[in-house]
Amino acid sequence: MDRKTKNILNLLTVAVLGVLLWLAKGHLDGYKIQILNLIAINIILALSLNLIYGFTGMFSLGHAGFMAIGAYVCSILIMTPGQKEMLFILDAPYPWVQAAQAPFFVAVLLGGLIAAAAGIAVGIPLLRLGDDYLGIATLGFAEIVRVFANNLPRLTNGALGFKGIPDYANIWWNFGWCLLTLYFVMRIVNSNFGNTLKAIRDDETAATAMGINVFKYKLISFAMGAFFAGVGGALLGSLLTTIDPKMFLFILTFNILMIVVTGGLGSITGSVLAGIGITILLEWLRFVENPISIGNFYIAGVPGMRMVVFSLALLFIILFRREGLMGTREITWEGLAARIGKRGNSK
Amino acid sequence: MKPETILETQALTMRFGGLTAVGNFSAAITRGSIVGLIGPNGAGKTTCFNMITGFYTPTQGKVIFQGREITGKKPYLVCKSGIARTFQNIRLFKNETVLENVMIGCHLRQKTTWWHALFSLPASLREEKAIKEKSLDLLEVVGLRDLAGEKSTSLPYGAQRRLEIARALATDPAFLLLDEPAAGMNPNETRDLMAFIRQIRDRFRLTILLIEHDMKVVMGICEHIWVLDYGETIAEGSPDQIKADPKVIEAYLGEEAVQSA
Repeated sequence: MDRKTKNILNLLTVAVLGVLLWLAKGHLDGYKIQILNLIAINIILALSLNLIYGFTGMFSLGHAGFMAIGAYVCSILIMTPGQKEMLFILDAPYPWVQAAQAPFFVAVLLGGLIAAAAGIAVGIPLLRLGDDYLGIATLGFAEIVRVFANNLPRLTNGALGFKGIPDYANIWWNFGWCLLTLYFVMRIVNSNFGNTLKAIRDDETAATAMGINVFKYKLISFAMGAFFAGVGGALLGSLLTTIDPKMFLFILTFNILMIVVTGGLGSITGSVLAGIGITILLEWLRFVENPISIGNFYIAGVPGMRMVVFSLALLFIILFRREGLMGTREITWEGLAARIGKRGNSK
Repeated sequence: MKPETILETQALTMRFGGLTAVGNFSAAITRGSIVGLIGPNGAGKTTCFNMITGFYTPTQGKVIFQGREITGKKPYLVCKSGIARTFQNIRLFKNETVLENVMIGCHLRQKTTWWHALFSLPASLREEKAIKEKSLDLLEVVGLRDLAGEKSTSLPYGAQRRLEIARALATDPAFLLLDEPAAGMNPNETRDLMAFIRQIRDRFRLTILLIEHDMKVVMGICEHIWVLDYGETIAEGSPDQIKADPKVIEAYLGEEAVQSA
């Protein structure tokens, strides 16, 4: 299959997705639209973490931190000066915070860029660490960001956070950014640069012997992951219209990690499928938190029960299907064509 | 034509704490030759490799490559200057295909970078295509072209060794270090390997330094040999000189062997 056919198929898929979204927007209720939006954002976040962890092999738990940076930067830029005057009741905002204004696209982009800058700043000292130690250190970074957000009232309005953030992040913006992320991550992973990232994941010593500047490439990959995490955070802030430091706890990173591990570390299609599946499950499983009566046996509703179910599911995945849904495999047009061809021949 | 020295080590010494792994290793290697480094287990051969390729910074001494000092440079910079290596315990990129392994080696000389790939610039696509072709050619040379799409770890042992050499060749080296290329091979494979090493030397105009335990290989292809024992250079010379050297026989076979000889 040549590039041209593939490009046409890709464009067709995007067009079909567009039509489906348009239909969904017309026919589904607000709750379901919200789930669709969350799917798009979760795919962005899962892809960004997969680039860092799945493809480059850096165990990073700092995603909530990058998302927080993206969300705060974007929110400050899209709220009107009037809103900000009303909002900052603990302390007056810095004049530049009060004055900062940008259109939505630029605000999301800047959110991502500043998250990437933070990624580089923490990456330079931290990426020398390996494996679990990197996980611990990046987890610490995410906590530092949260504590800063809590204690800088002139910048972030402290523990009160922001309310009434303009809800620009509609289905088109979210899926637009989602496709953009998908495109960029695919380009990176399928290029020879992506091959070198996988080489670093597989064997750092051999990679450096092959002339790869391991530290530099890790940093590039980490910053790129941080960029898309920032973008995802920015969209999430505008979608929910409210953010506060408590939203960016470790559990947020955990949810994304769960999507990536379930989908398969090192598989783009895995992240996309798991992003869709787990987002839907997260909503659907709310019923386990309701009071249930089986016969005359009564179970009171326990909030947080969903996470117990998910933790169990994750345990089972790690025990019985460690490589996740897809492993490092991908669904490609070639693969689909081969499968259809085989079925046609056997008839 | 006067023989030109491509790589020179001057009194290279590596100490780990109180242990001298290699002491005063001095060698001058002529361009275009195949030379060997031998010695009993633990003699410090791989330590020498690691010092030359930048994995260890020597405690003392200098490494001079093509007239420039490269002592203590980072491994990826050493590789960039034209020195490629293989590993004693094969280190392929396990989750990648045979072709991708070689393409990763080609990355070093790639001109377009990550952001070219990000925006799919035509220059990047063109270069990646050329790299793919170059990699396939290299696989042809080592006889693995038909297996290009296989996972690298699914190859038999001997083929993995050849793939590792192909990957090293992909970095366009002038100097190639092979760490026990014949380890684990049967006599037939070993014989093929000797022909293969000569063939790549001629084809890519390489200079090759190899560590090897198989004496048939060492004596068969090396033009000059250094012998290490407990980190000291105990002998150097042509294969015939080495074979006759009592110190070498002693190191390998013990003192009595020398007396009875």
